[in-house]
Amino acid sequence: MAVIRRLAVDPIRCDGRGLCAELFPERVSLDDWGFPIVDPTPIDAALLRDARRAVQLCPVLALRVETVPVELPVRH
Amino acid sequence: MSTTAPDRPGVGEADPQPEGSARLLSALDPTGAPVTLAAHRSTYPQPLAANGRARSLVDEVDAAGLRGRGGAGFPTAHKLRAALDAPGDPIVVVNGTEGEPASAKDRFLLASSPQLVLDGALLAARAIGATEVRVCVERGAERELVAVHRAIEERRGVEPLPDVQVLATPNHFVAGEESALVHWLDGGDALPTGRLVRPTLRGVAGRPTLVDNVETLAHLAQVNRFGAEWFRRSGTAAEPGTRLCTVTLPDGSRRVVEAGCGSPLAPIATAAGATLDGSGGVLVGGYFGAWITAAEAAGAAFGDDGLHHLGATAGCGVIAPLPPGVCGWCETARALWWMAGESAGQCGPCVNGLGAIADLAGQVAGGSAPANAVPWLQRWGDQVDGRGACRLPDGAVRLLRSALRVFAREVDQHLGLGRCPLGSVGFLPFPDHRSAPWR
Repeated sequence: MAVIRRLAVDPIRCDGRGLCAELFPERVSLDDWGFPIVDPTPIDAALLRDARRAVQLCPVLALRVETVPVELPVRH
Repeated sequence: MSTTAPDRPGVGEADPQPEGSARLLSALDPTGAPVTLAAHRSTYPQPLAANGRARSLVDEVDAAGLRGRGGAGFPTAHKLRAALDAPGDPIVVVNGTEGEPASAKDRFLLASSPQLVLDGALLAARAIGATEVRVCVERGAERELVAVHRAIEERRGVEPLPDVQVLATPNHFVAGEESALVHWLDGGDALPTGRLVRPTLRGVAGRPTLVDNVETLAHLAQVNRFGAEWFRRSGTAAEPGTRLCTVTLPDGSRRVVEAGCGSPLAPIATAAGATLDGSGGVLVGGYFGAWITAAEAAGAAFGDDGLHHLGATAGCGVIAPLPPGVCGWCETARALWWMAGESAGQCGPCVNGLGAIADLAGQVAGGSAPANAVPWLQRWGDQVDGRGACRLPDGAVRLLRSALRVFAREVDQHLGLGRCPLGSVGFLPFPDHRSAPWR
C-alpha cells in the first residue's frame, strides 16, 4: 500500500523549545508564543533525513514522523 | 415539536409508538418526578426483547441512522461495532457530564427518565457483550445523581442487572471529553489525553470502551422498542430522529424541548417561550457552537445540514437567542474568557492562544483595545485552530470567528466609542469551575 510521511507534534508533550523550527523550517514555523505550527504536507525522500533529525533532537520527544496510507484522507 | 407530553398510549393498545416529535419526552411524569420503573415498563415492557426484529440491535441502530447527541454527531452503530469487534472485555460508559453551560437536556433526561437511559445503557452493554456499566454524572448535579441511583435500586431484585455504578465526575468543561473521561475512570485527572487510539479499541484499563451520551442511549432504547423505520419517521433522511434542544429564554432560564432533527429553528425557539424578534444574534450548538444572525436563524433548519452554510452545527442542541439590548460581543468576550479558564493547561497553543484571544476580546468589550484588534484576533484564531490535544481551542476559535462575522458592527462601535454601545449586560451562564478538582 502506498504511504505518505508527515510530521506531527504531540501538543501535550511540547514545551515550545523551538528547536524543530530551526532544524526543519521546511515544515515547522512558530506561533506568536514560540510553539510549533506543523505543516502536514507530505515529506518526500529528500527531506526525510532532516525530518528525522528534528524528531531525534526534540528535547521533550514531542515530534514524530507519521506514516499514513494514502487511501485515507489526510488529517490537517 | 412538543414541549408537553401528549396523551400517553394506554397499555394494551395495538400501537403504543409515540407519534409526532415528542418521543423521549412522551411519557414524563406530570409532577416532574422521575418516571418510576412500573410506569416505564408500561411503555417499555420487555427492555431486552428483540420486539419481533430479525436484525441485531447494532444493525437496527445502523438502519435507524442514529448519531451521537453529545455534540459530535458520530454514528452510534459505528461505535457499537468498533467496541464489539475489539479484543478484550468491553465496558459501557454513560456520558451524562453535560459540561456545556447553556445545555440542560442531559440533566433533564436523567432527572425525568432515568429508566429510559438505563434501558439504553443495558441494551448497548448486551449488544457489545459488556458486563460493566458506569454512569457518569457531573458533580453538583444532585437531583440527577439521586434519580439515577434510585432508578438502579428500583431494578435490583426485580430485573437482572449487570455491574452498574453511578459516578460523580469532576465538573470541568473538558472533563466530559471521551479521552478525559476514560483517563479519569482509570484513576487519573479528567484531562484529555490526545491519544490517537479510540476508546472503543482501548479505553478504560485498556478494554474496549463504549462512551455514549445519555440522550443517545435513550434514543437507542426507543430504536430497540419501536424499530428503525419508526425512528426515521421524524427528522430528515440525513439526520433521522428527534433531538432534545435547550432554549435559553430572555430571563436567562432554560427550557428543554424535543424536535425532529433538521426541523425549522424558529418554531423550536417559540415553543420554548423565546423569540427571535429583535435579537442581535442567536447562539446555536452551545459555547462549542457558533453565532448566527436572527434573520439567518429565522430561516434555518436546526440540524447540521441546515446550519452548515452558516458555519454552525446543531451541536448539543443549544439555541440561545440574545434578548434585545444584550451585546453579542460582550457575551462572546465572557464566553472566551470562560473557555480560556476551562483549558486543561496542557497544550501551549491553548494556554497561550486562548488566553491572548480572551484578553484582547475583553479589551474590545471594555473599549480599551487598540484599533487593530480584529486582525490580531483573526491571526491568533488561525494560529490556535486545530492545535490542541482536544477540541477546546477549535471550539473557541469557531465561536470567535462567528462573533467577528455576526457582531462586526458591534465590534466597530466598541472600538470607535471606547465602550459598549448597548451597555454590557450578562446573559449567558458561566459556572465557576476554576477551583474544582480534576480528579
